[in-house]
Amino acid sequence: MAPAQAHGVPVVPDSVIVPEAVRSGIAVEINGERFVHTGDPQMPLLWYLRDVLQLTGTKYGGEHGGNGTDLVLVNDKPVSAIGQPMAKLAGKRITTVEGLAANDGTLHPLQQAFIDEDAIGCGYCIPGWLIAGVDLLKRKPHPDDGDIDQLPNSCRCGVQARVRAAIKRAAAGKAGQA
Amino acid sequence: MSADTAKGIRLSRRRFLQILAGAAGALVVGVRVAEAGDAPLPPEWLGNDFHDLGAYVRIDTEGNVLIGARDPDTGTGVATALPMIIADELDADWNRVSVVHLGLGVETGGNGKPQWTYGRQRGGTGDSIPAAWADLRYAGALARWLLTQAAAHRLGVAADRLRCEAGTVIAPDGRRVTYGSLVDDASKLDLPAQPPTPKPPQRYTLIGKPVGDVDAHAIVTGQAKYAIDHHEAEALVAVLLHCPWPDGSLASIDTAPALAVKGVVKVMQLKPEPGQPPGQTVIAPAVAVLAENTWAALQGRGKLKLEWKPGASASESSAALEQQAVALLGSQSAPTTRVRDDGDVEKAAKHAAIRVDATYYQPWLAHACAEPMNCLARIDKDQAGLVVPTQAPQQAFAVVQRLTGIAPGNIEIRVPRVGGGYGRRLDHDYVAEAVLLAKAMNKSVRLLWPQSEDFTHDYYRPASVYKVSAAIDRKRNVSAWNQRVASASALAGRGVPADRQWSSEVSADQLPAGLVPNFRSDWYAQASALPRGPHRAMPHLANAFAAESFIDEIAHQLREDPLKTRLRLIGEPRNIALGGGRMLDTGRLRNVLQLVADRIGWKDWLHSVNGLGIACWHMDGAYVAHAVETSLQNDTLGIERVVCAVDVGRAINPLGLAGQVSGATLDALSTALNLAITTRDGKVQQHDWKDYPLASMAQLPDSVETIIVPDDDRPPTGASFLAMPTAAPALANAVFRVSAVRVRRLPLMKEFLRLQ
Repeated sequence: MAPAQAHGVPVVPDSVIVPEAVRSGIAVEINGERFVHTGDPQMPLLWYLRDVLQLTGTKYGGEHGGNGTDLVLVNDKPVSAIGQPMAKLAGKRITTVEGLAANDGTLHPLQQAFIDEDAIGCGYCIPGWLIAGVDLLKRKPHPDDGDIDQLPNSCRCGVQARVRAAIKRAAAGKAGQA
Repeated sequence: MSADTAKGIRLSRRRFLQILAGAAGALVVGVRVAEAGDAPLPPEWLGNDFHDLGAYVRIDTEGNVLIGARDPDTGTGVATALPMIIADELDADWNRVSVVHLGLGVETGGNGKPQWTYGRQRGGTGDSIPAAWADLRYAGALARWLLTQAAAHRLGVAADRLRCEAGTVIAPDGRRVTYGSLVDDASKLDLPAQPPTPKPPQRYTLIGKPVGDVDAHAIVTGQAKYAIDHHEAEALVAVLLHCPWPDGSLASIDTAPALAVKGVVKVMQLKPEPGQPPGQTVIAPAVAVLAENTWAALQGRGKLKLEWKPGASASESSAALEQQAVALLGSQSAPTTRVRDDGDVEKAAKHAAIRVDATYYQPWLAHACAEPMNCLARIDKDQAGLVVPTQAPQQAFAVVQRLTGIAPGNIEIRVPRVGGGYGRRLDHDYVAEAVLLAKAMNKSVRLLWPQSEDFTHDYYRPASVYKVSAAIDRKRNVSAWNQRVASASALAGRGVPADRQWSSEVSADQLPAGLVPNFRSDWYAQASALPRGPHRAMPHLANAFAAESFIDEIAHQLREDPLKTRLRLIGEPRNIALGGGRMLDTGRLRNVLQLVADRIGWKDWLHSVNGLGIACWHMDGAYVAHAVETSLQNDTLGIERVVCAVDVGRAINPLGLAGQVSGATLDALSTALNLAITTRDGKVQQHDWKDYPLASMAQLPDSVETIIVPDDDRPPTGASFLAMPTAAPALANAVFRVSAVRVRRLPLMKEFLRLQ
């Protein structure tokens, strides 16, 4: 049989690599990993975290946030995740409660202090308290009671006194020395 | 026990082990549970079928111990405390113990009816620990007995000469055998003819020691999965919108704009089933938007075009109900129920040297759970699977079974840690909704109530008006106490007989019953269309505020130190029968009162610039007192110090107990300071945390100084809401001392600003 070229038929290579179209989306960094959101740009960060990524540590606390359960850090500032459409977050660095511990699992001193002080009620609002507390300790490594009073969170179980003790314990560098 | 039965037990236990442990090998032990929960165990304490064995403790050949927590943990610490009871009896090494939240243990019984594997399963009602105390000690003791027998055989030493410590059996000569290595032998042993005796309390090594919450690490790392965090592939998200009037209806709806939202699949209507009691059917007419994800469902909900038609309740308002209550209590009409009538109140009043009268007003309250109502439901033809935040899985099961008819053993209900309960999750309207939607869609459904629905469609704690009158005799003793309470019973419509509906509103043995010779308590029923239900520490929360504020008013009239007035009223240590088998131990009551007074420095109260207030209470065999110090600077009220003392009998986990005391105290202060649900035109007016503002850090005291009375002689009592009732009256009494403003209406902050 004559070679195919002789009849002008193009050679088909073993495989063809078709370059994938560049996916348009909103690139964000969450807990040190890069993600591209390709859905509705108006979707709030909260639902992107909870529904899409199934990072459920950030809790739903109402359509206006308000009780602090859905706090995350965006470029190191605490904000309510339900109030942040993905469209506003391109290129932003986001930290959720899942991102507070080190990669090797070592807890943030405030996480450890919450365990040491047993600062847990039902626990649902605790991720929000931790985000607000970590932010406070970063701004003020030795916060006084007046600083702690400014935290925007609330809790029906009544965990506030134990949270205050945990923040002071972390500030004093005593976490893990329970 | 006959030989045949014993053999039956052994065979079935092996079958049980096989099922649970597979080839890996493990010792699995439970105890047959009495249906009544805390009833004494009968001699035939082990069942003859594996269905009767609750899987409470499982020890594997590596020595790891897995313990099931049978009651839902809504933040009350029972997932830590209940396993501690087993672990102590077992002499387990707590560092090797893992705790699993048990789902509902249900099998299909011989008659097709449900049979409960783990007995009673209920959380957040303050009775988990007392109900479990006997069962769980026996489960631990049985496991330890089996391991010890196996060790005796291997070591050639009599079992009664062996001791157990931290997962090891130790012989008198120092030889040690680990539990893990004994598991295979122990699981082949015959069960004892008699239940092994639980440890004497002197040998407890874990009970009474502070133990941190078993879920703490998972919670602080965001790994703890609540029901709302559970996903299932292909599940639709259903977001609800309820009619503002429970008795209203849907007048018109245009679903097209909602269906046009990308991802929205369907819009469905739900209606309460006629004749079903509250909590077992949909709470109010509702529209559900079902979508591929939550964001789409919420957008669809926002685009619904609908009109609701009001029902008869559209003329109701909380203000009018209060006026009606005042009129009722001021009238001569007979009470709905005379709850208690000791002595002769009229006669004592006639001979009074002084009369004291006051009326107290308390608002409607919502539950304000952090985790909104939600439920993941999958209903196949003959199988149902749910993940649901409930306080009472057996009641949730009843709703599922009624709506599906599925055999009990084919209904799986998982209950992860629950984001707050306070009584709200004893009702299962949201479970009914999820089941109805999952059935209709033939697909898994993740139901979510937007948080605003929680505020506007709750089973509210009813508002109440208390009118109290006391007679003081010439010796300055309280000779008569006459209280009249009007409220809309939280039990109305719930199948409770009319003559018992007072019991959600007034406690028959509330202080100072038993202490005042002539004591009368009357309850007047009101009607309301607003759904009502159980609430944290109800009815004690409302009772204690009125009674303990009023005792302070009596002290003021007598120009006496209110602590002294209370101590005179309580009298010498003695036991007073209160009826219904309940006893008031005045010594224990006096003790908690004196403890908080001493700690806060009561002796100096006359000289203090700040105000000190105090209150004490007893409920369900436990005792509590609060002392509060308030300050007033530039018209700003501050809570400077709070001390709380509790006597619950034996404390299983003092750290957890202290957390419950601190938590309930702050919850009670937050509630008393700020919170009220109001209605107008039949509609609830609070929709958000802004309208229903739990206290901020700044409003609350920096710490709660907690005193736990050591008491190892009495069995444990529940404590999850013990510290609720006395915080508010102690606060109001302290406010009076610092400002001369007597707050008789809650929420306190609003009333204080009005009166000041």
